[in-house]
Amino acid sequence: MFDEGEGEPRMPQPLTALIPRLREICGDDGVITDRTRRRTYESDGLTYHASTPGVVVLPTTTDQVAAVVRLCADAGVPFVPRGAGTGLSAGALPHSEGVLIVTSRMRRILEIDVANERAVVQPGVANLEVTRAAAPHGYYYAPDPSSQQVCSVGGNIAENSGGAHCLKYGFTVNHVLGLEIVTPQGEVVRLGGKAADAPGYDLLGAFVGSEGTLGIATEITVRLLRAPQKVRTLLAAFETMDAGGAAVSAIISAGVLPAAVEMMDALSIEAAEAAVACDYPPGAGAVLIVELDGPAADVDAQFERATRLCRESGAFEVRTADDAAERARIWKGRKSAFAAVGRISPAYIVQDGVVPRTALPDVLRRIAELSAASGIRVANVFHAGDGNLHPLVLFDDAEPGASERAAEVSGRILDLCIEHGGSITGEHGVGVDKACQMPEMFSPADLETMDLFRSAFDPAGIANPEKLLPTPRLCGERPGVRKGVHPLVAEGAAEQF
Amino acid sequence: MTQDETITTPLAEELGAGGAQVREGTPGDAVGGRVPRYVARPPDTAAAQALLAAAHRRGLATVVRGNGTASDWGAPPRRCDLVLETAALTGIEHAAGDLVVRVGAGTPLADLQAELAASGQRLTLDPLVAGGTVGGAVATGLSGPRRLLHGPLRDLIIGMTAVRADGVAASSGGRVVKNVAGYDLGKLHTGALGTLGLITSVTFRLHPLPEALRTVSAGAPNPETAQRWTHAVLGSGAVPAAVELDWPETGPLTLRVLLEGAEGGIDARARAVAELMEGSGISEGAPAQWGALPGAAGDTLLKAAVPIGQVAEAARLLHEAAQDQGTTAAVAGSAGAGVLLAALPASAGAASVNGVVRRVRAAVEGGVTVARPAPALADAELDLWGEVPGLELMRAVKLRFDPRGLLAPGRGPGGI
Ligand SMILES: Cc1cc2nc3c(=O)[nH]c(=O)nc-3n(C[C@H](O)[C@H](O)[C@H](O)COP(=O)(O)OP(=O)(O)OC[C@H]3O[C@@H](n4cnc5c(N)ncnc54)[C@H](O)[C@@H]3O)c2cc1C
Repeated sequence: MFDEGEGEPRMPQPLTALIPRLREICGDDGVITDRTRRRTYESDGLTYHASTPGVVVLPTTTDQVAAVVRLCADAGVPFVPRGAGTGLSAGALPHSEGVLIVTSRMRRILEIDVANERAVVQPGVANLEVTRAAAPHGYYYAPDPSSQQVCSVGGNIAENSGGAHCLKYGFTVNHVLGLEIVTPQGEVVRLGGKAADAPGYDLLGAFVGSEGTLGIATEITVRLLRAPQKVRTLLAAFETMDAGGAAVSAIISAGVLPAAVEMMDALSIEAAEAAVACDYPPGAGAVLIVELDGPAADVDAQFERATRLCRESGAFEVRTADDAAERARIWKGRKSAFAAVGRISPAYIVQDGVVPRTALPDVLRRIAELSAASGIRVANVFHAGDGNLHPLVLFDDAEPGASERAAEVSGRILDLCIEHGGSITGEHGVGVDKACQMPEMFSPADLETMDLFRSAFDPAGIANPEKLLPTPRLCGERPGVRKGVHPLVAEGAAEQF
Repeated sequence: MTQDETITTPLAEELGAGGAQVREGTPGDAVGGRVPRYVARPPDTAAAQALLAAAHRRGLATVVRGNGTASDWGAPPRRCDLVLETAALTGIEHAAGDLVVRVGAGTPLADLQAELAASGQRLTLDPLVAGGTVGGAVATGLSGPRRLLHGPLRDLIIGMTAVRADGVAASSGGRVVKNVAGYDLGKLHTGALGTLGLITSVTFRLHPLPEALRTVSAGAPNPETAQRWTHAVLGSGAVPAAVELDWPETGPLTLRVLLEGAEGGIDARARAVAELMEGSGISEGAPAQWGALPGAAGDTLLKAAVPIGQVAEAARLLHEAAQDQGTTAAVAGSAGAGVLLAALPASAGAASVNGVVRRVRAAVEGGVTVARPAPALADAELDLWGEVPGLELMRAVKLRFDPRGLLAPGRGPGGI
């Protein structure tokens, strides 16, 4: 629907009038009008959706962002914020008649404030750079999406990103104390700061996760955490997914709160084995990775318990890691799993859904049934601790009808999540990709109320329009299909999930 | 309520048409000195919707009341025609295996905690005000010292249903801990003091009850020392659940560090923390009155949320400014999270209160607000909020959710 096909996209009329003004604001090198260069921004990490932006700007300061947005507001031209473009729900899909505002030149770390345990950064700073800057002081920035080497903190704000360790440490929203935003009317507003609990309504909390529809974050204040005293990791192998799932439940109900609990099924283990020879225990129908961190004395006590519970739940082998090198060996298979699956299948769809943790065994069984009935293979690699599934639906796009069947299976998996009281997205966001599924989770009144909130920030509807909430024009879209290994993963710039 | 208290005027009938019990307001129902014409108690969300829709049609200013323990928080409403009681909006759906609970807003917090404790779980919220309801706690949005480790109340909320001023009920979030679908409207209602809607149910993430608790306490000679200890403890990797500062009107200042965790490791952790605080002692469990608000009911309560490096300065200034204004301040709160509360005695007049908040505001970053004015100050010229960044956007949100300005008018930020 968004693809412009073979024809060369021309710049739409109303925009041409804006170009000289945009150049005045951002400088000649901060405005991209060249078609070929504009095309490089046509999609984010969900490449299935593509649209050449009308014009691209690369501001360097808040004032520039505000001036660009004011220009858009005056002209009634839509704008789309973009960070690193790693999003997986087409949230940064450009508007063909709008301005794409890219934060990639706003990459300064403004302050590492150790006394107050805060970092202040520009939105284009890569997630991992915050931790790198804080590390010499013994601190780190907790949210760790697998794309953290490249994804921007501004994008993290927009998506409320999580990572493998969000089971214990929470998501981006739990770590952001202050924002400077440019509203869709072009005004610069500060929400919060270095102190907690800014007076008044928690607009900061509601802005996080708003997917670029409420404005652009231009400066971000985050909490820094002390690096944990101790980290211990175990890998447990089970004959069945059910047994692995039982171990997860046993650990959590025993009051142990691991930093991460990750699970892989036989198909993904097989793929990882073929790709990186991760040397997981042969014959495993499921492997579980449990990582504990915190005060040394506490970690040791909890670790013994977690190990015992894995064995009691039927683990036939448990390996433990106490240093970084051993830990890396355990994580190797898990971290390469998605790329590995890309090698065993010509194409695949990555789904992102959530179920209550106790529903995991049932939902996994139902996914297996779906897979058997449709002949479409599904590999499961997921954040077991919080019930966040990332099923990979494999198919051969050369085979007629296969992509439709895969999309059908992928959609059915989301239905399963909703039927079990879960969510259509745990971390990738709604964007364009899942806007049409929102009515399956929310009532018309819920959606109308969300739209009311949106219009409080953006009465003219120019900030990232047609994202997050369903519109009639969008419905009928299929979830994104990916071919092979994600380019970032292939480059070694990111691990997947 | 007995039958003969039920009144049947046409307006009351209209309010009760959806099933809410409606009675006439009495002086005991007054909010900030305003006696409502009616008090209504809807039995369920549908009745609450009908009630609010009717109040909206009739232009009645409506104030929500849980158990009334925090009715005096925020500015008193400019008008109060109807008090909506949530007492019957109760219910607990506990999914123990998922560490999640969905609770009706009128459920007493203590009932909820008792039920959760039976499964070895808790909602990690310090009992700041005794006797409150879940909805009241959320609308007040106050978190105790344990927020340091487990996050403020808003971080524990994963789903919410609220009824807008026009009677439309809307949910956001869900029942799973990880979920990024849609705007998180629950954030807006948390701490909004009922000015954006009636919260009818809230879904929380829970924590297991800790196996072991230790408190390391020490008297600090001055707030600067307390802050230095706090910094050392936070930096030590001991991961305390809370670092609480307690500085009464007169007498010494105490810093308490609460540790939670596995039985096997807790004593070693407590000893390590104790070494960082001169003259400290270790005790089992949490102290009595843990997390309780400073001062007494009826005091004026201030809130100062500051960067953690300015906690000492804020605490000292609260004390000094109170003295300069001829009154006193009892200060307590989370030194670890940088959120302090200060109680000024009910005798402190508006000029004194304003003098204290303005002086602290001028010296520290963050927000210094009057969270709860003493009853005598209900109609005084109080500078409750100071400058509220983002106020225009807040007004815009209020206008969308409550276009006629009927929900606790004036109680919101900046007098919204
Ligand atoms: C290999 C791979 C692994 C991933 N792993 C994870 C993971 O583990 N966990 C996870 O949560 N996600 C993951 N993601 C998804 C993605 O990386 C995150 O959503 C990330 O936060 C997006 O950041 P970005 O800078 O790339 O944003 P973009 O893709 O550029 O934009 C995403 C959204 O944010 C908006 N936006 C961007 N910047 C701003 C700003 N400054 N102000 C307002 N809005 C803005 C855009 O309009 C868009 O709606 C992964 C993606 C890939 C490709």
